[in-house]
Amino acid sequence: MTTTGIPLLNIIVFLPLAGAIVSMLIPASASKVWSRPVGLAFALAELGFVAYLVADFPGGKAGFEFVSSHSWIGQFGISWALGVDGISLFLVAMTSLLFPVAMFGPAWKGNARSFLGWMFLLEAACMGTFLSLDLFVFFIMFEITLVPGYFIVAGWGGARRNYAAMKFFIYTFAGSAFLFVAIIALVVLDAPHNGGHETFSLITLAKISSSLPHADQVLIFCGFAVAFAVKIPLVPFHTWLPDTYTEAPTSGSMILAGILFKLGAYGLLRLGLYLVPRGAADMGPLLLTLAAVGIVYGSVVTVMQKDLKRLVAYASIVDVAFIVLGFFAFSSQGVTGGVLEMVNHGLTTGAMFFLVGIVWEKKGTLRFSELGGLQKATPILASIFLVVVLAAVGLPGLNGFVGEFLVLVGTFVTHRWWAVVATSAVVTGAIYMLWAYQRVFHGPMVEPEPSGDEAESELTGVGGVAVATRTKAATKVTDMSWAQIAAVAPLLAGIVFLGVYPRLFLDRVTPSVNYLLAHVEQEAPNAHVPAVTTQHVTFNVPADQNVLVSPAKTASALRGDASPAGSGAKGGVG
Amino acid sequence: MSIALLASNLVAAGTPASTTTTVAKNCTVAPGGTKVVGLCTSANSLHISVAYRSIAPMLILAIGALVLLAVSAVLPKRPRVGLYPALTSAIGGLALLAAVLQWFDGAAKAGTVEIGGQIFYDRFSVLLLILISIAVILSSLASDGYLRREGLDGVEAYVLMLMSATGAMLMAEAGGLIMLFLGLEIMSISLYVMAAFHRRRTQSGEAGLKYFILGSFSSALFLYGVALVYGATGSTQFTQIASYLAGNVPANTGVLLAGMALLIVGLGFKVAAVPFHFWTPDVYQGSPTPFTGFMAAVAKAAGFAGLLRVLTQALGTQQADWKPIVWLLAVLTLGVGAVMAIAQKDLKRMLAYSSISQAGYVLLGVQAATTQGSSAALFYLFTYTFIVIGTFAVVDVVQGKGEARTDLGAIRGLARRNPLLGAAMLVLLLAQAGVPFTSGFLAKFYVIQASVDQGQYYLAVIAMLAAAVAAFFYLRVGLLIYQAPDEAEAPVSTPGGGDGVFLAGLEPVPSLDGNVATAVLQAPPSGRIRVPGATALVIGVSVLFTIAAGVSSFAIDFAKAAYSLL
Repeated sequence: MTTTGIPLLNIIVFLPLAGAIVSMLIPASASKVWSRPVGLAFALAELGFVAYLVADFPGGKAGFEFVSSHSWIGQFGISWALGVDGISLFLVAMTSLLFPVAMFGPAWKGNARSFLGWMFLLEAACMGTFLSLDLFVFFIMFEITLVPGYFIVAGWGGARRNYAAMKFFIYTFAGSAFLFVAIIALVVLDAPHNGGHETFSLITLAKISSSLPHADQVLIFCGFAVAFAVKIPLVPFHTWLPDTYTEAPTSGSMILAGILFKLGAYGLLRLGLYLVPRGAADMGPLLLTLAAVGIVYGSVVTVMQKDLKRLVAYASIVDVAFIVLGFFAFSSQGVTGGVLEMVNHGLTTGAMFFLVGIVWEKKGTLRFSELGGLQKATPILASIFLVVVLAAVGLPGLNGFVGEFLVLVGTFVTHRWWAVVATSAVVTGAIYMLWAYQRVFHGPMVEPEPSGDEAESELTGVGGVAVATRTKAATKVTDMSWAQIAAVAPLLAGIVFLGVYPRLFLDRVTPSVNYLLAHVEQEAPNAHVPAVTTQHVTFNVPADQNVLVSPAKTASALRGDASPAGSGAKGGVG
Repeated sequence: MSIALLASNLVAAGTPASTTTTVAKNCTVAPGGTKVVGLCTSANSLHISVAYRSIAPMLILAIGALVLLAVSAVLPKRPRVGLYPALTSAIGGLALLAAVLQWFDGAAKAGTVEIGGQIFYDRFSVLLLILISIAVILSSLASDGYLRREGLDGVEAYVLMLMSATGAMLMAEAGGLIMLFLGLEIMSISLYVMAAFHRRRTQSGEAGLKYFILGSFSSALFLYGVALVYGATGSTQFTQIASYLAGNVPANTGVLLAGMALLIVGLGFKVAAVPFHFWTPDVYQGSPTPFTGFMAAVAKAAGFAGLLRVLTQALGTQQADWKPIVWLLAVLTLGVGAVMAIAQKDLKRMLAYSSISQAGYVLLGVQAATTQGSSAALFYLFTYTFIVIGTFAVVDVVQGKGEARTDLGAIRGLARRNPLLGAAMLVLLLAQAGVPFTSGFLAKFYVIQASVDQGQYYLAVIAMLAAAVAAFFYLRVGLLIYQAPDEAEAPVSTPGGGDGVFLAGLEPVPSLDGNVATAVLQAPPSGRIRVPGATALVIGVSVLFTIAAGVSSFAIDFAKAAYSLL
């Protein structure tokens, strides 16, 4: 366990909160001048701390690092515990990168103070969710993301923003009902195995989770799965997504798709697989199937979309289904690929929504029928868009390829036919993405009709702004500004870097993933976890975090056969 | 501290000692035990020792009410502005001080039965006494602005408030069904008058009448229940009922069950549990707004105190009988409250249904029938007191003179008219929705945990789903607060848009071409809202407590300590 002098993780969680408070406190008169610079300073400081965290994070370690724990509500065993491992490390990094881009890249109107305040609050909550080592903290952070999310969509969104925001809130809040009860049930049921004390500590619960009856584990996992499936969203829980993403402002869509999705996926991994492995193993095939269905269904629906933003929103359904597929393949490559896909999707979709926002600014519409030929007028926009599209499609050399490849290989090893079905998405993904690119940037420029359908087109945008933009668009379409290029550049750098040098990522993620899978394999021997145990790895985990039982116990108690060979990984002490 | 009744002393003085047996000093018993005279601890049933410290807060409020009346009699008709609310909150403060001292009293900590078994002196009582004292302070401060605005200022409202709080305290401390009924009546009769207090508003009179008729009906049912339980168990004291039921099987279970059911109905009426809630929307809407907050906080707390005493203490052995009933009540209360609130267009009516829904969560704690459940219920009531009084204080300010505007439109654009007020209302709404970092979330967490601890998974899931439904109408108001006063949902062109607007709970608004010409939310009044100082203080305190109790654990430690020895 690395402990540094400064409480790094607490700073990472509380700095955006401070940013939120400071943003809200800037007086309205000074807001025009000061809001953005102050906000940018906070966002960059946060990015700096996270960069330090990534640089300082040791490779090859599987446990939680930088752990900080303080008792909070002692009598319920709730503590303010934070920690980071390979799985959460890059999600945190991606969050800190995407937020400044989303806050300062796209143009937005309205009250800068409250917009930045809500955004910083959202960032703090996302960081808290990824870093929490306590189920209670996880839940409240997971829940609190809804409030800023709601107000960002409702305050700065498109024409039907109120409806979309409300749908988003209610759907996820209802899903959380199951998560909440499942968490409490897990804690209450585990209490007798913890000397009668209730605890919300993630590590302690993982250690004693093997004592839970099988049926309870399955039910608790189902509770988790429903909540996270709504958040991810997995087909058939996805119906809130297109409305919300289409109506959200560009910044909101970037954050919602780039980061809020990942909260659900991360929860599935951290709570589902880690805490109730037997439940996860039992329900794994169902989730795999839902993921495969989601991939096929999502692909088909995406191809049919007539609106660019809706297309990107539906494409997200396909991508997150890939993530879930990787997780429940229960193979090292699959889960690592899933984690990588989480980061990839954040970068790619974030960039995509950003570019879509720019297209809307230029043309005042996002319907394919009214778009076309933009490449001539906006060559830079077109080329950046193409890079992002290719990354989403999975071109080798860009990040999408590594993640998708790992997921498919990992799934193929354990669940062949699901992988075969999922591979179809590689083809359909290329179809809808490239076709979308073609319809937006190639062909003749569609000149907006002088008038007549103005009222109609106005509906796709915010109020009267669309009209003004259209008039402008009719005269001259300019290319991306330097500020916009600078905003999207970090995302592009990430896309390229993870594509050509994924080792930095894999070195840190794989140990944590293997350790997690060894845990699953030991608790649920029938989960068909390959590869990890045959290597007989010794995991570099601090003693107080070790959740693996000794090999001897594994052999006799869990596996039920006498041969120690091939039994679980050694519970190594780092 | 023991005294004999004055009458007994007088008799004792004139009785010849030679014909009787002297049992103890000042105590004589006639031959054959036919006549008992004097200070007889064991033999004389009239001997009651009064531990005044156990009822100190109640006495302070009751005497305070009388003092207030006396003061008003000698003062000119219109005394200095703010004198009565200041006096009332001072009396409430004294009661609070007394209650806090009680909290640290060893006897209360150990839990004793005082005054002939009529008063339960334990931390459960004391916590409720603290709660009621706080409610008196906050409500009297919040009422000041309202009463002066409406031209109703005078001493009467404050006297009534103190009297009803006295009754509520008696309910909280009651050691038997008779005391419980006494407290219920003292509290209710004052509340009936308070509901009808706004003389010139017909709705207020209607509210008072409705509350009175239905309230007396429920009191009668409650009293009938008392009689039946007495018939079945031979006592009205909680401890004696419990010990009788622990040792014996009642000869006639039907009588006991009927009595229990009637008690639940009577108390369920006071806490506005579905299906005994029909009075609530009308009464909450009609009553003067600050009084509504008081009613929602105090009557609910006292009612639940009675319910907890009756069910978990007196009838603790009959859990198998009443648990399913309370389960059903909880589910109905949660569901009906949340769903009906969505349909409301009136702010106060919506909050009435919201308070019904909130009662459902407390019922969850009652249903658990454990120490944990009861302390969770207490915590819920404690946090809700602040939330509901604060919320109604905001509504009071928003509605304007004569309660002219209580529709949802009135609150639209509140943040523009007064940013702090808007933010305060948002926090209070989020707390009621159960969003983390507010006391409302922790309160829900505790009751849900208590429920899950008892294996009530379905109940817990239903409660959380009801919270999701309820979040809708709280957020809708929260959104209205931050809308521009003239802003309207833009017309919708995509298919399925119609139901979207319906789901958003807002009436379809006329589109630019006037296709959908339906009613819109009325435009809010314009201009900045001025908040009276006392009301601002109440709102500020409520918000601060809501946040403080949401991020730290002091309040639940408090509630847990209250129940640790029961």
